[in-house]
Amino acid sequence: MDLRICHLYPDLLNLYGDRGNLMALAHRAQWRGIDVHVEESRLGVSPAPGAHDLYFMGGGEDRQQVLAAADLRERKREALTDAVARGAVVLAVCGGYQLLGHYYRSAEGEELIGLGLLDVTTEHPGPQSKRLVGNIVVRSPWLGGRTLVGFENHGGRTRLGPNARPLGTVVTGFGNNGEDRTEGAVSRNVYGTYLHGPLLPKNPALTDHLLTLALRSRHGPIALASLDDRLELAAHSAALVRATSRT
Amino acid sequence: MPSTLRLAPAVILGKATAVASRALRLGGGTTMPGRVARAVAPDITRQLAARLPQGCVVVTGTNGKTTTSRLIHHILQLAGLRPVHNRAGANLAAGIVTALVQHTDWRGRARGDIGIFEVDEATLPAVWDPLQPRAVVLTNLFRDQLDRYGEIDIVAGRWRAVLDGRPPGETVVIFNADDPLVSDVGAKFAGTTVPFGIADASCGAGTLEHAADARYCYRCGVAYEYTVVYFGHMGDYRCPQCGTHRPQPLIAAEHVELAGLQGSGFALRTPAGTAQVRTVLPGVYNIHNVLAAAACCLQLGVPLQTVARGVETFAPAFGRAERVRADGREAVLLLTKNPAGFNEVLRTVMRATGPAAGVVLIAINDLTADGRDISWLWDVDFEMLAGHVRSLVVSGIRADDMALRLKHAGVSSTVMTIDGNLSRAWDAALQAARNGEPVYVLPTYTAMLQLRKILQQRGLVKGFWEE
Ligand SMILES: [Zn+2]
Repeated sequence: MDLRICHLYPDLLNLYGDRGNLMALAHRAQWRGIDVHVEESRLGVSPAPGAHDLYFMGGGEDRQQVLAAADLRERKREALTDAVARGAVVLAVCGGYQLLGHYYRSAEGEELIGLGLLDVTTEHPGPQSKRLVGNIVVRSPWLGGRTLVGFENHGGRTRLGPNARPLGTVVTGFGNNGEDRTEGAVSRNVYGTYLHGPLLPKNPALTDHLLTLALRSRHGPIALASLDDRLELAAHSAALVRATSRT
Repeated sequence: MPSTLRLAPAVILGKATAVASRALRLGGGTTMPGRVARAVAPDITRQLAARLPQGCVVVTGTNGKTTTSRLIHHILQLAGLRPVHNRAGANLAAGIVTALVQHTDWRGRARGDIGIFEVDEATLPAVWDPLQPRAVVLTNLFRDQLDRYGEIDIVAGRWRAVLDGRPPGETVVIFNADDPLVSDVGAKFAGTTVPFGIADASCGAGTLEHAADARYCYRCGVAYEYTVVYFGHMGDYRCPQCGTHRPQPLIAAEHVELAGLQGSGFALRTPAGTAQVRTVLPGVYNIHNVLAAAACCLQLGVPLQTVARGVETFAPAFGRAERVRADGREAVLLLTKNPAGFNEVLRTVMRATGPAAGVVLIAINDLTADGRDISWLWDVDFEMLAGHVRSLVVSGIRADDMALRLKHAGVSSTVMTIDGNLSRAWDAALQAARNGEPVYVLPTYTAMLQLRKILQQRGLVKGFWEE
């Protein structure tokens, strides 16, 4: 069995240890004997539609985000729209998450049009507003109510439309907008979230959930073998403790 | 009360606070006196700084500012000056006032000739006006402590804004030509500038290590192309679109010979001639620190021979390649704080141990001074440790995160010991070291302070203010 991963903008959107997410996906598949191919898709390149089972996009600094937004619409839209239709997985973190929505309005009021793969919109309330920064814990119905742990750092406030469901409910932290206790968004097999840390190494349940969906989109029903997750679970619970401590 | 009248009580109160906080063991007393003095006389920084007969120098950047400013201090002392220096890493505004207060007598007279202030990269705009520095040294800009400072483009933008408004002739800007972000700020300055850099392609590590190091032209947003990369995003670069490129360094290191943890030797080329120098500071990153300090001191009028002698006789600060002896073994402490710095430290350790695998202790904290976000651990190339370390002890508040990162780097669990308690981790590392084999200790900032305290209690090192 094989898994084909497409890493979007590895040199542009890589702000918060994003390559850790790639490592977790690739290693947890390889540790189960699954062949993994990772293709990097940069500015100016269009991935062939149908060529990948899982697409990953990280977050970037403001100027990089502007470059990525234009390129996403012009060069990546076809492959990603096709991916959603055939049930391939798209995972986007932080800035990448914002670009999968309808639009991102910056602190200066500048509007970046997104791909609209997730029914969400993001607005930055202005340069004087507080960034939403800190350790975060979320409870996710997509993982049978298990917790997700990570770190968030964003100025934009994201609101969900009727066609998106949250990835989870905030236990501690801010989440999408610091108000409605929602975190992230899911629609079909498209996942967006503000959690980095990075997200996947410390949340093996989510990693395996995404791997299962991605493999199933091409190989049919599969069951992943279990792994020795002692270090993963130790890091997960340490992050849980850290998120609720005051120092 | 006019503000000059408030100065004397402010100094007295500040000094009294320093004495009290030491007596009460509130810590090294490195910022508290400054906070008290500033509360009494808000303008105190400006007034005390103006009393330094030779003015002051500011050193800023993400990495290397402590080593660079200590080097400047040491060289200026050799040149016969009495520098005032905010030591012990107290480089926020309150730390600067504390240093000034401590070097002012009860009547308000300065006890030093010149100020050397290391300043957090985000603090530079706030301290510029009160300090009116003669020279500013810009070391580098690495991704660091993102949750505290925001993105490095924003920091570079703030520096740009501070420099833009300055009339030429007041201040000399000394900057790292090998860092495109810093260069882009420095080279635009209307007044006198002194670019420094390495001029030896043999120190190069080849191409950019990984995507996270990519840097973009300020004007075009296009990634720079490199002919040489020294480490991180330091190197000889050019923008393929607008042609912006590394400025020719005025102060340069040529014919570099790296001697692992023993330091390095190189030819220091300056407009005043060339001198052969040796330093015990290890790694390519310390060559930048030496160049920055040399450029600054030459600018202040110190003769080249004194600069060279200063570089050679300089001993590193605690945690910056300091050696500690314990139970017949030697530990080398190497502070780590961001991916580029950590990679350079790892490479230096690997060069020192060679194929004979060594003992390494890594301690990761996530307190405010370390950066609360530890996602940067995933941008460090720990892969180079896999198969090359005999024993790896992992500690600190985020020991479990570190251990998981090492698992993904391919480090075998059989060589790993995880213990969040730093005191026990230290014992485990020393135990794992064979006689004569050094232990490499790689802590984040607060883990380093914590370790210092532990070693102090065991009588192995001195206290901060005893330095
Ligand atoms: Zn350019």
